[in-house]
Amino acid sequence: MRRFAISRFRTSAGACLAALAATFFCASAWNSTARVDAAGESGEILNYASPVEMLFSHDGTQLYVLASQSDEVRVLNAVTYVPIKSIVVGHSPRGFSLSAHGRRLFVANSWDDTVSVIDTQALDVIATWRVGAEPSSVVEDRAGKYLFVANRISDDVAVLDAHTGAEVKRLLAGRGASYITPSAEGQRLYVTHIYPNPGPERTPPESEITVIDTARAEVVDRIPLHGIAGVFHVAISADGRLGAAAELHPKNLVPLAHLEHGGAFVDTLTLFGADVGGKSVEIPLDELDRYSARPFGVAITPDKSRMFVTCGGSEAVLAIDVPHLLRYLRTHRGPYAEDLAASANYVIARIPVGHDPRGATLTPDGRRLLVANRLDDSISVIDTRTDRIISTILLAGSRQLWSMQFSDRIFSAVNDRPNGKPRCSQCHIDERHRQDSPMDLSMRKQVVALRRGEQTFYTARYSFQGQIGCANCHIDSTFDGLEWDLEPDGFGRNIVDNRLLEDIRDTAPYKWNGGNPDVPTECGPRTEKYFWRSETYDDVTLADLVGYILSLPARPNRWRMASGELTTAQERGKELFERTKDKFGYPIPLANRCNYCHSGPLGTDQKSFDVGTKKPTDDSGLFDTPQLTNIALTGPYLHDGSARTLEEIWTIYNPGDKHGRTNDLTKDELNDLIEYLRTR
Amino acid sequence: MKKSGKNSIWAWALAAVAVAYALVIPATCAQQPKARRQAALTSAVPRMPRFRFENFTTANGLPDNHVYAVLVDGDRIWAGTDDGLGLYENGKWKTFNTKDGLAHRAVLSLSLDKRTGDVWAGTMGGLSRISAGRIDSYNQFNSGLSNDIVYGVSVEGGNVWVATAAGAGRLNLQTGQWSLYNERNTPMREIWVYGVSAQPDKVYFAVWGSGLLELTQKTGRWDMYADPDDETELVLFKNQGLVHDIVSSVSYVGNIVWASTYFGDSRYDGRYWHNFLTKDSGLPSNFTNFVKGVDANHAWFCTDKGLAYYDGVNWAVYTPSLATGKPEMWVRDAHGNVAHIPVTTAPANNYILGIDFQGDDIWVATAKGLSHGIRQR
Repeated sequence: MRRFAISRFRTSAGACLAALAATFFCASAWNSTARVDAAGESGEILNYASPVEMLFSHDGTQLYVLASQSDEVRVLNAVTYVPIKSIVVGHSPRGFSLSAHGRRLFVANSWDDTVSVIDTQALDVIATWRVGAEPSSVVEDRAGKYLFVANRISDDVAVLDAHTGAEVKRLLAGRGASYITPSAEGQRLYVTHIYPNPGPERTPPESEITVIDTARAEVVDRIPLHGIAGVFHVAISADGRLGAAAELHPKNLVPLAHLEHGGAFVDTLTLFGADVGGKSVEIPLDELDRYSARPFGVAITPDKSRMFVTCGGSEAVLAIDVPHLLRYLRTHRGPYAEDLAASANYVIARIPVGHDPRGATLTPDGRRLLVANRLDDSISVIDTRTDRIISTILLAGSRQLWSMQFSDRIFSAVNDRPNGKPRCSQCHIDERHRQDSPMDLSMRKQVVALRRGEQTFYTARYSFQGQIGCANCHIDSTFDGLEWDLEPDGFGRNIVDNRLLEDIRDTAPYKWNGGNPDVPTECGPRTEKYFWRSETYDDVTLADLVGYILSLPARPNRWRMASGELTTAQERGKELFERTKDKFGYPIPLANRCNYCHSGPLGTDQKSFDVGTKKPTDDSGLFDTPQLTNIALTGPYLHDGSARTLEEIWTIYNPGDKHGRTNDLTKDELNDLIEYLRTR
Repeated sequence: MKKSGKNSIWAWALAAVAVAYALVIPATCAQQPKARRQAALTSAVPRMPRFRFENFTTANGLPDNHVYAVLVDGDRIWAGTDDGLGLYENGKWKTFNTKDGLAHRAVLSLSLDKRTGDVWAGTMGGLSRISAGRIDSYNQFNSGLSNDIVYGVSVEGGNVWVATAAGAGRLNLQTGQWSLYNERNTPMREIWVYGVSAQPDKVYFAVWGSGLLELTQKTGRWDMYADPDDETELVLFKNQGLVHDIVSSVSYVGNIVWASTYFGDSRYDGRYWHNFLTKDSGLPSNFTNFVKGVDANHAWFCTDKGLAYYDGVNWAVYTPSLATGKPEMWVRDAHGNVAHIPVTTAPANNYILGIDFQGDDIWVATAKGLSHGIRQR
């Protein structure tokens, strides 16, 4: 039965009444929890903190929390967790680290391509340096000579002069370079990346841990990660003998939808170092009937007795007994990655935390683990000896929201149901705004709905055994650089490339075959039936999810000049994109002009065309015209990802000029066209 | 000289005189070397570097005996051969080939990014970047590279410059943008670009049949230096310009351009040209495959008849004898006196294709093996 598209803003009158009733129901709960902080009444709640990383100051007195959505570093007392100061940094900070002497805190601001330098004595930003494209992590070497910045878009690590911020050089890293971890002695940096490196079509993805010698500022090794796409934090033991990287092992070469056969992802760690014989060993984190979706943060206690892994999709932290793990590896022959019985030998606890837990940081004595719950604006504090949560730090600004959602009663109720959904979400929203004007109420409702939609996007609780969530394939709400085989049309048929989610509001229909008229259809029945194989979303949850997805903006385009003008090459390319005659003076038929199908500001006329790219495994040659938003970032290309680069679309896959009249172009003209496309 | 249109009638008149000179004088000069060699036996012989050559072939691990290019990277030696890229490290050879991601088995040119340690290899099938064991390859289909045959490569700052069979190009490593240079946007008359040498101020391209191209990076200005005699194989205007338009390689070092052609070699200091021919220098052959300047006054010339070194005044040639194949070294001083130096080793072959320096040692790419010249004191 066809589900009607649900919009949160078209909620029925009945739902409104229910919400109103819920408002009154929740009033008492609100009164008991919301008095703690009046900041929530000031409007600050519109700005979520979204903590992603934490650090302790070198003297152990302060805790720095990187608030990715409110563009701040929040400084808390490391013992009492009382806020000390909020320091505004650049837009969408993603990573930070202390200098070797601890007097400077470097923050990588991913959206405005800067690094903020904070004086940790004054707790003020003392410098802002321009860096590469989408800086996501920053680390200074122990000598204080170089600053290393991982650039997600340019796939490299920029080496800066640590005193001036001047770029010295760039080192080739993996695609989507994002996270840098120094070794215990600081002589090596381990850099991970979130998209697989480019490789041949329909082969297992390949990733790497890029190893940099900090003294030479050169890449000295690349630890291969076979079959991996999506690598996040690395932890190195204090003795330097064990490293661990959290990662995703997709099964994109077999039909995705066989979740009941464990068919989508394996959530794994790659271990490396002397403790595992100097080689890299991939171990699974999943259990037979319960997955550890989207491992992200890793921390190893100083005595190497425990390793903790945050699992964003599972909203849990895994505690691993390291001696047991090493003993298991010594006594069992690999490969281990897809052995769902393996984790029982070393995963000793699964600790429920908040939504989308990210960074994990140990106190200097290793007795407590702090976990940043990004989508709850909270930090879970875990006793590393008992593997239990001993307290939760609520970040100012959305404390009330957190209190309502995760009061013990509600939190327990949710977590007791493996595939449960958040309840009472409507009531606490209404409650918290009960004193606001209707306009404020409307605005804040929308924001809160977006947050709930984001939580739904990042959780794996809706899928069979909690295996996957939207964010598995749309890493950080983008894409994954993979091509997938979706089962409904048969094994090995209709291979599809994963598409970017940015700014898709006006790009319907969806799917490569244009089969889904709107996002609710795409994310509702299709996802539920073919992907989750489990419970369906309720209407409100789906509406929130859709609202979140449609709210995703396009990242700043790094190929456009700040002035908005085009370079000479881009101008030439634009002329080619818009031309009506070929180089011989012949008119180009409408359907063979670039800007006919790729029309409008988003570069799509929202229709399907046969551009001559049908493969023997495709049922049809008609494909939805994809939008051109940030097209430079989204390789591979074409419906099945067969074009590894933009160039290949025309040098290999357009022999008949069906995908635009391009065969009259010289190579430099084709380069110009591509330079223009990169500005879209 | 910079190309400035047709020669004047005076130039042609001068050319006629020069032709006559060229026809008469060489016969006289041909008698001189023997006499000078004799004279050298009793005069002081310039002290030129002497080497003990150790040669590598497939017999001791080289991927292939035909070595197009050699690159020194500290203690590591890279050899671009006809069947793979060889890496000599810790006394052992390792071979990278297409299965490892190399663009093509035949590696024609090599360049080291000294800032990052990455090695760039121009091949018969594209351009490869070797970075800590990872190989990424660019070709004319998957990138903006103009042609798969990459004769030359040179890394400068954040740019990789390439010389290809269809023009030159630049890859901006930060933006990924390719810029192509050919007959449409430069003075290049032919697009068969054999070599490139890039520095932050200027980039020089050796163009087969189109002389030497100079790009001034700051202004984007292009200049072409061509043989003032046009494409004649007679040198009518010695030291008045590039020795010949068929330029096989270029080396820009210390603000000096060293250019090799198939008909002699040239040195250009931005104002004056100095040409080198067998008849008036120590070059063993005018057919030069490759030149590499050490600095403004010292350079090595890789010819089809041996390896030559020029120290600004004197010449030394290292070669297996063309007649007997026995190791041979001879030195020519500023006066043309030639002395044979007794040696026991020589480069693996007379046909020299490339050279690089490892301190005082040299590594030499030849058509039949790679040679390590170990400096003797």
